[in-house]
Amino acid sequence: MSNLTAWERMEIIRNKNRPTVKDYIPALFKDFFEFHGDRFFGDDHAIMGGVGSFKGRPVTVIAQVKGRNIEENKDSNFGMPHPEGYRKALRLAKQAEKFHRPIIFFIDTPGAFCGIAAEERGQGEAIARNLLELSNLKTPIISIVLGEGGSGGALALGVCDELAMLENAVYSVISPRGAASILWKDASKEKEAAQALKITAEDLVSLGVAEEVIPEPAGGAHNNLELMVEHLSDYLERTIPKLSSEPIANLLENRYNKFRKIGEFTE
Amino acid sequence: MLEDLFKTVRSRFDVDLKSDRKNKVSIPADLLFKCPRCGNVMFMEDFNGANKVCSACNYHARLTARERLQMTIDKDSFVEYDKDMMSKNPIGFADYEEKMEKLRQKTGLKDAVITGECTIKTKPCVIVVMDSTFMMASMGSVVGEKIARAFERAIEKKLPVIAFTASGGARMQEGILSLMQMAKTSAAVKRHSDAGLLYITVMTDPTTGGVTASFASLGDIIIAEPKVLIGFAGRRVIEGTIKQRLPDDFQSAEFLLEHGFVDMIVERKNMRRTLSKLLRHHGYPGNTPDL
Ligand SMILES: [Zn+2]
Repeated sequence: MSNLTAWERMEIIRNKNRPTVKDYIPALFKDFFEFHGDRFFGDDHAIMGGVGSFKGRPVTVIAQVKGRNIEENKDSNFGMPHPEGYRKALRLAKQAEKFHRPIIFFIDTPGAFCGIAAEERGQGEAIARNLLELSNLKTPIISIVLGEGGSGGALALGVCDELAMLENAVYSVISPRGAASILWKDASKEKEAAQALKITAEDLVSLGVAEEVIPEPAGGAHNNLELMVEHLSDYLERTIPKLSSEPIANLLENRYNKFRKIGEFTE
Repeated sequence: MLEDLFKTVRSRFDVDLKSDRKNKVSIPADLLFKCPRCGNVMFMEDFNGANKVCSACNYHARLTARERLQMTIDKDSFVEYDKDMMSKNPIGFADYEEKMEKLRQKTGLKDAVITGECTIKTKPCVIVVMDSTFMMASMGSVVGEKIARAFERAIEKKLPVIAFTASGGARMQEGILSLMQMAKTSAAVKRHSDAGLLYITVMTDPTTGGVTASFASLGDIIIAEPKVLIGFAGRRVIEGTIKQRLPDDFQSAEFLLEHGFVDMIVERKNMRRTLSKLLRHHGYPGNTPDL
């Protein structure tokens, strides 16, 4: 693995040519159908989901959508979901449970959207509900951080049996900029904060939060989409059957313990 | 008249309180309470006598966990869980240990939550009380672990859980580990719920961020104290996004009630009785009649 700093990796994932889930879905899943809406309020374009086939096996795919240009980003709100996005994700996750399909979550968000409407419709409740329900959802769940894993807005799709991170992806409780401005009253110290917060794929594996790092082509995923897809495909091909063969009771017990054991304290 | 009062007080004590620049007078912090919601000023003695509720706007001010327990549970009924648990510095964050040590000295707390078993009007329950005087009750490893254990012990003992929530959000000095406490606590709530047991949340000032987006929002019954702040995103963050000032009642308990995220608003003076009656409705009759 290349020896880049957290900040250098953040520059790679901010590259305007970095592939998004719109590039990965058609390349990985055959006959994908997108399903819309949360059945309560509306259809949030910051999260997309549906059913497709991965090497002959039906899977549910639910993903945060980063745009590849300004138009797409306006439509998908730069990948920042509203509560209805999280509720759509939960609806589709329960559909997956009903039909015994594994779920693949693709995480790529700066965070849940912060705005009036999001508060009025219960952003906190929507995220909390996902954490609660996914913790015991009776089907295998894989979460993959494609680029940015922004706090609770990412975790709402990150309660899983296995968490994988693309090599340059980051996952953090707060944006380095936010941390720098709160802790040091100086947003320009975001590079230092990025380092201090331990947000890289490698950090997350060593902290016991992520299980796997999926290698990127030299210089980043945008340099060779085909190779990136191949690495993702290899990972899914290994991981889906492994999780699917586990008896559900074991799977759920392991999922509970995966999160239960995270934390360091003395007593 | 108030101005005069301030002048008198100032001449007697001559204490400067930085946060009160707006009124150009200084309030000795230990003698007067100034309501952060409406600006009303009360003598500390009256304020304390009124359970720390503002006499003008009914804002229910912050309590320490010890004050909350004393006000809520039966005398001498509390058995504390995990009282010596302390955070490490898992990602080696600069100054974190020193900061915590100072707070431990100052507050007498080991971290931002107290958990344990108690009775409320003789009805047994597991109780979780967060304390905003300790790092704004941010949730790190200790808060997450103590809460998860509280739910697990409640499952073993078939007890209801009552959680008084208050938090500024995740403990960022613990990095990603603090975020994962949201998943950990929510999973423990799920197990407790699946066991058919009652979970009541009481949201107090302020309940925000990762705590709102996890166990605080997952009660079977969600109560809030009047006028308290409840929300996911910080007010300044939202104002920065929308480039305009938000209305005063935005993210208040009343705002959440209006939008359907809180079952009821209960005044502090009625809290103990309300909790007792709700416990009775859910199969915990206790030994004494509810009056
Ligand atoms: Zn007031």
